[in-house]
Order: sequence, then C-alpha cells, then structure tokens
Amino acid sequence: HLATSLPLPSERDHLRPRIDLIVFMIDIKSKYSLKNVEASLAHVDASFFLGKVCFLLTGLGRVNACNVETNAVCKLGETYCSPVLFCELELEGIRVATAQRLLRMLQICAGHIPGVSALSFGSLMRNSDD
Amino acid sequence: ENVDPQKTAFVLRKAWTLYSVTPLYRFHRARLRDYARLLGAFIAAEKQKGLAVEVGVELDIKVALSSLAELRGSEQDQAALLVQLSMRSRASSRNSEDKLVWSGWFCSVYGDDLSENMPKDFTCLPLFLTHGAESYTSMVGSWFQKTFDCCFCRLAISPLNLSWMVAMWAGCKADRAASAVELVFSVPRLPQPLNISYAIHPEDAKALWDTVQKTPGEITQEEVDVFMDCLYAHFHRHFKIHLSAAKLVKVSTEVASAHCDGIVKILHSQYLPGVLMLLTELAISQIQ
Repeated sequence: HLATSLPLPSERDHLRPRIDLIVFMIDIKSKYSLKNVEASLAHVDASFFLGKVCFLLTGLGRVNACNVETNAVCKLGETYCSPVLFCELELEGIRVATAQRLLRMLQICAGHIPGVSALSFGSLMRNSDD
Repeated sequence: ENVDPQKTAFVLRKAWTLYSVTPLYRFHRARLRDYARLLGAFIAAEKQKGLAVEVGVELDIKVALSSLAELRGSEQDQAALLVQLSMRSRASSRNSEDKLVWSGWFCSVYGDDLSENMPKDFTCLPLFLTHGAESYTSMVGSWFQKTFDCCFCRLAISPLNLSWMVAMWAGCKADRAASAVELVFSVPRLPQPLNISYAIHPEDAKALWDTVQKTPGEITQEEVDVFMDCLYAHFHRHFKIHLSAAKLVKVSTEVASAHCDGIVKILHSQYLPGVLMLLTELAISQIQ
C-alpha cells in the first residue's frame, strides 16, 4: 500500500488490513520529502517503533543533486530507533536487492519467520550499524 | 590585507567554469616560460590537426603563464597560476594588439586539507577556473594532464551547497544599488522543462539571515536550513508550490552568483577570498 503522507484517510479504516511495516521514503533530491516524512511520523503509533518502521533514503547515486543531508536522515533513524536503508531506485540491481531486503523485513514483522521477532531483528540491525 | 585590487580585478564580473584538479606532479614555478612555450607548441599542433584554416589568415596563439601570489588564503597555499591565451592575427600584423581569447587559473585558498600530507613533488592547486571557448579549455587541460599527471573534473554544485552559498552571501553587507537575491528552481518530471525564479529584496533577505544567524562569522547547517525553510514557506503561502521539492539550480546575490553546472560569477572584490575558500573546499571534497 502506498501513501503520499500520513495519517491515512479514516474512511477506509475498517477495510484496511493490519499494518506490519511502515517504510518512509526520503528522496535525497527533495527537501520536501524529508519534511513530509517528519510531519507524518507524528501520526504513527508508538508501538510501530519497536522494529516495524524503517527509513529508505533514495537517489544516492546523484551526489550533485542532493538537497538533503545524509546525516539528518541518520539522526532521524536514531531518534526513532529505526534502521535507515540506502538505495538508488534508478539502478535495477540495487532496486531489486532493496525490494528483496524490505520483503524479508516484512516477513519478520508479520511474524512469518519463527524465532525472529520484529523487535529482535530491529535491535540486530542497529547493533550491526554501529 | 595587502591584496592589490588591480591584480585580482580580472576575476570579477566574469562567468568562470569550475573544475577540480588533482595535485600536479613535478611542477616548477621557475619554468613558467618553458611551460608557456611548450603549451603554445601543443596548441599550434592541435589546431593544425583537424580544422581547416582560412587561406591567408594565420592565427597565432600566444601563451602566457604567470604566478599570482595575491590569490591564496594562507602562506601554506600555493600562489595561484594564471594561464592566458591571446590571439594575434598575422593579416594585420604590426598594428594589431593581442586579443585575449581564453584565460584559466589554478588556485588554492585555505586548501590545507589537501596539501597537509602531500609529498614534496606535488603542487596542490585544487580549483581551476576557466573563461573562454571550450575547445581551448580542453587543449589546455589535456596538456596539463599529460605534463603533470593530474586529472581535471567538472565541479558541479549540489542544491545543498547552493543553499549554503545563498544564505552566506545574502547575509553580506548590501552596497548602494543592491540587486535582488534570486533563486532559480527547475521543476522535475514535467513534459516541458519549467523554471521558477524567486526574487527577494536584498534587504529582506539580509534581515531574515540576521535573525537566523546566532554567531557572526560562523554558519551552521541548521541556520542555513532555517533560512531556506522560511523562504520555501513564504513562497508556499503565496503560490501553493513546494519549492523544496524542486531542484535549486542557480543562486544570485550582489556578492556572487553560482549555477549547479559549476559556473560562478564573483561581483565584489571584498568577498573574493571568502568565495574562493568555499569553492576550494568543494573542489577538495570532489577530489577526495
């Protein structure tokens, strides 16, 4: 399910399935996308930040077009205890690999992988970043 | 300080194309005359290679290399190196003056980050600025690359760095007939390219920057962000357009203007060192 911002419209609440993972996408070329994500974060229930949120920073191939500081996004990840993934959507190989990674994370968050919970996976990712 | 404004006047009010240059190997200041001669011969040979020359009019390119000690930041910086190509038409020989057709100069202003641990044989002049035909730029560049084993690369300026520049320059003291602070944005993903030009009265821009900046002489990324956010918010209030989603391609102030393709124009000698220092920093980060 894709949304341009949060909160999601309440009219469809009763039809919506359970949300297992929220991926916030930030385009390094657009300051607006960062502001949008920051505003949307306020509408997310605190329980999601136990491993069910991640930030995806896209557009890293174009260093010359960047309008968002990478540090600012990393700090956002730290503040919300959620991992930050980096990718370049225009390169098919990286796009596919990132999609596979997100799919794997989703499987864990939905409880489909026995023995691994969203929270334990989240803390595993954070520790490997340090 | 002791900068002779005459010597640096050639820099002002010209559009310079920017390049980053890796350190030059075995470059000797004492041999400037030799280098000028060699470069002249190289250019003459290159010109004979492909292009048809009009019969009867032979165009001589004269090369001049000179050092400019005035264009540097500290004593640790190398003095700037100026390359000038002039044309003398043989048809009207004795009475004609040489016409300057191309100029380029290498410089380093507070480039300690690069020159600090550099071995002795290397000369660090990371910023290269050119004005004139691209064909001459590529000939001069090729000769330097072959002779000193260095590498030239166009210096692009990201929207992040352009924002930094406009915030810094808008805060400079406005002179008499000050020109507007202008930001040009390009809107992505449209069938027809669309540019949005946002012009702000220089006094308003300076007033805004003064309320944002906490310590005079120091600028932080947060302050630049707040300054830009105010400008974006103001524009959105009036036009319902989020400029923060567009690409900032050019900034213009009365101090200097800069384009994301790596083209700058410096208008005030007073701020020349500051601008060159910023550009040197960008060149060094592109090299490293």
